[in-house]
Amino acid sequence: MKKQKLNNLITLGGTSVLCVVMAVLYSVGALDGNHMLKGMLVLIGIHIIWALSLNLTVGILGELSLGHAGFMCVGAIFGGTVSQIIRANAAECPPGIRLLITLVVSGIMAAVFGLLIGIPVMRLRGDYLAIVTLGFGEIMKSIANNIYLTLDANGLHFGFTKPPENVDEATAKQILKGSIGMQTPQDTNIWWVAAILIITLFVMMTFINSRSGRACMAVRDNYIAAQSVGINVTKYRLMAFTISAGIAGIGGALYAHSVPMITFGKFDYNFSILILVFVVLGGLGSMRGSVIATIILYALPEMLRKVNENIVNARMLIYAVILILLMLWKNAPFFINLREKIKARFKKSDTARSGGAEA
Amino acid sequence: MTDIAKNENDIMLEVRELSIQFGGLRAVDELNMKVKKHALYGLIGPNGAGKTTVFNMLTGVYKPTTGAIFLDGANITGKSPVEINKSGIARTFQNIRLFKGMSVLDNVKIGMHNQVKYTAIEGILRFPRYFKEEKMMNAKAEELLAVFGLENEKDTLSQNLPYGKQRKLEIARALATNPKLLLLDEPAAGMNPNETAELMNTIRFVREEFNMTILLIEHDMKLVSGICEELTVLNFGQELCQGETSAVLNDPKVITAYLGE
Amino acid sequence: MKFISDIVDGISLGSIYALIALGYTMVYGIAKMLNFAHGDIIMVGGYAAFITLSANWCPMWLSLVITVTVCTLLGIIIEKLAYRPLRSSPPLAVLITAIGVSYLLQNIALLTQSANPRMFTSIVNGVPPFLQVFKGRGAVFFKENPYKAEGIKSDLTISTETFLAIIVSVIIMVALSLFINKTKAGKAMLACSEDRGAAQLMGINVNGTITLTFAIGSALAAVAAVLMCSSYPLLTPSTGSMPGIKAFVAAVFGGIGSIPGAMIGGVLLGIIEILAKAYISTQLSDAIVFLVLIIVLIVKPTGIMGRKINEKV
Repeated sequence: MKKQKLNNLITLGGTSVLCVVMAVLYSVGALDGNHMLKGMLVLIGIHIIWALSLNLTVGILGELSLGHAGFMCVGAIFGGTVSQIIRANAAECPPGIRLLITLVVSGIMAAVFGLLIGIPVMRLRGDYLAIVTLGFGEIMKSIANNIYLTLDANGLHFGFTKPPENVDEATAKQILKGSIGMQTPQDTNIWWVAAILIITLFVMMTFINSRSGRACMAVRDNYIAAQSVGINVTKYRLMAFTISAGIAGIGGALYAHSVPMITFGKFDYNFSILILVFVVLGGLGSMRGSVIATIILYALPEMLRKVNENIVNARMLIYAVILILLMLWKNAPFFINLREKIKARFKKSDTARSGGAEA
Repeated sequence: MTDIAKNENDIMLEVRELSIQFGGLRAVDELNMKVKKHALYGLIGPNGAGKTTVFNMLTGVYKPTTGAIFLDGANITGKSPVEINKSGIARTFQNIRLFKGMSVLDNVKIGMHNQVKYTAIEGILRFPRYFKEEKMMNAKAEELLAVFGLENEKDTLSQNLPYGKQRKLEIARALATNPKLLLLDEPAAGMNPNETAELMNTIRFVREEFNMTILLIEHDMKLVSGICEELTVLNFGQELCQGETSAVLNDPKVITAYLGE
Repeated sequence: MKFISDIVDGISLGSIYALIALGYTMVYGIAKMLNFAHGDIIMVGGYAAFITLSANWCPMWLSLVITVTVCTLLGIIIEKLAYRPLRSSPPLAVLITAIGVSYLLQNIALLTQSANPRMFTSIVNGVPPFLQVFKGRGAVFFKENPYKAEGIKSDLTISTETFLAIIVSVIIMVALSLFINKTKAGKAMLACSEDRGAAQLMGINVNGTITLTFAIGSALAAVAAVLMCSSYPLLTPSTGSMPGIKAFVAAVFGGIGSIPGAMIGGVLLGIIEILAKAYISTQLSDAIVFLVLIIVLIVKPTGIMGRKINEKV
């Protein structure tokens, strides 16, 4: 128990220090010499937020969600719409307040979507759940790619698959342009990402170490036993899925406000898998693992780009191989036996050594 | 149990004409059973007699086709497993079902899930109630673990416990839900005679310490004759015989069912 | 006329889905795992056919043999190296491994074949359409338009690719049904899907049966690859993933583990997709397919022909 608490403090403390140090270095201009790192920091932070949120569903709840990008997309859409409306109607609103409102709205909307989708999805398990989340993710992306929103003096006009008609051309301002995407105010900065990342990590860790988080893990480990001790299985599955979706949405909004132009085609099934790779390689259920794996797997290929362009192209190939080997290493009987043997040998040599010292 | 229950209030569990049909198979057929408060009651029978199916109906995993189940006078027929646990039945499983990836202590704390009331938000934001109730939970869980001699393993992952201790942990987890009636499904399965003897003491102790009513399924006749006061024998889903342990075990029908004609 | 033509196209596309779905449903029924990489085996089959067909030395029959062999071997190798060691592992680990294999295949293709799409030449290139119907003038089979000189276009055309996809699929389904119900190896498959442990006790070589299942499923994927690329000629490393996922939808739709279910599910899904494309929106057709999946899984998770499986307590 003590050890676990200490470990959690190290993870939270270490990540916070890293975030703050990076943000300070960035702000004082110490990173100006390194354009690549500077450009990457915000994106790494956002990816960590996504990985942490997905780890809640995959690691803690034990269900494979392949539609995580869909919730990021929901967050990006609602966030981008809100911020553009604020920009158009209340230009004097400071960017910080604007982003805060944006993040709150996008988090809530993504969580609402998570809840609504979770109600049918959480009746399923395993392979079926994975494929249905994939389906919902693709549906959300497809719909997002077909939404047109135009703001004019009369208010917001909505069009599906085509731009809305009867807008007041003089004051019209296109907010969402279907598959072309949208142009959001670039309010996201490194401090916001650092703050949201630390908050996300805190929420994840306190959730896991609370009554509700334990209930989720109990459901993961044994569905029937969890029911037998009075845990409302559906409630906790929905809770974790909703929280996960909400945080993914906040990450999506942060992302939408960090790039000049955002298109929703990015949030497809492949993107969900990329985040899944970060989570799995970091260790299912391990928040520290998600942070470290995301940093390494996101940054390393970019760093190596200078050395050899091909490494970047081979990135996903290498991830795929590591993914397979990791699963085999952890679960295949052959490797389990091998590990036990190695462990036994080390133990033996340990005792032999200590025995020798005594003698 | 010398004082025969005359009063309905003395009955913890009553099963009336309980039946379940799976397709063409009537797995349990018109079972009647009364378990008195504070009793140690055995449900025995050859393999495939429908014992575990009875447990699954009592705990809401299966919905009975006909019949009724009363716990302490309240009708719990057809309720969900969660509701049934809340109304006071806890169980263990034939093939142990622990929360493998969690510590021994956490397994027991999950058993106390419904006895603490702090919400998810209070847990995430660490309100004072979180600390108060977690402290209470930890203390109570450690107490329970001590009863089963597991206090030194509280931080071990439950899947790394030896088999006998896993069985004990499952009982501890069930007790943590604060039940009125404890169902044990083959608690001595896979245990050696020493472990079984120790288990018998533990079951007796649990009954006294927690004032528990216990209904158990068991194949080990030494355990059954050693601790059960009353028995129901099932054969092919039907009640073969019912009554005091010594009488039932000497019944020729029962001997035939077990040993064949 | 357009509606009929759409329906025929739907049946044709659906037949291809059905072939892919057969691989999914057999593997799911017997190995109890969702082989995410199944769609990518189609992609590999597509490239194998593309490379051999464009080589001068290779006659078409040999090219087809090579394609089927490559896919079959690939299926067997994947099963042996990646899936067999995880046979008794948690489903999550198996699923993640399958996703890893899928990604591996896609990225190998990306590195060796580049992301640029290849134009696949239909295997019946140069053959006149199977059927052309002219209002008031009757129909012609396997002939060029006889009224071309008069400037009359056919009112309904069914291409040879479409026809071929339907015919080949039907033949394969019949053959597969016979194989499973009449031969010893086929019955071993049924036994394994029913109860793997019991099958092993009865002396059935379970590992061998599962390997055979993967081999057959992958061979069907190879056939599907050639048919699909003939009708939809653009070949890229991600060619297989969407049809793969849709075929899984078809398998679920029809009831996972059921061979007639895979056929019915595949054809229905093909028709739904083509009609959605024709009458609702091209961009939203995938979304509509997924909507079908979600509705099926939520309303009747066992599909049209499937059975309910309960976890034993």
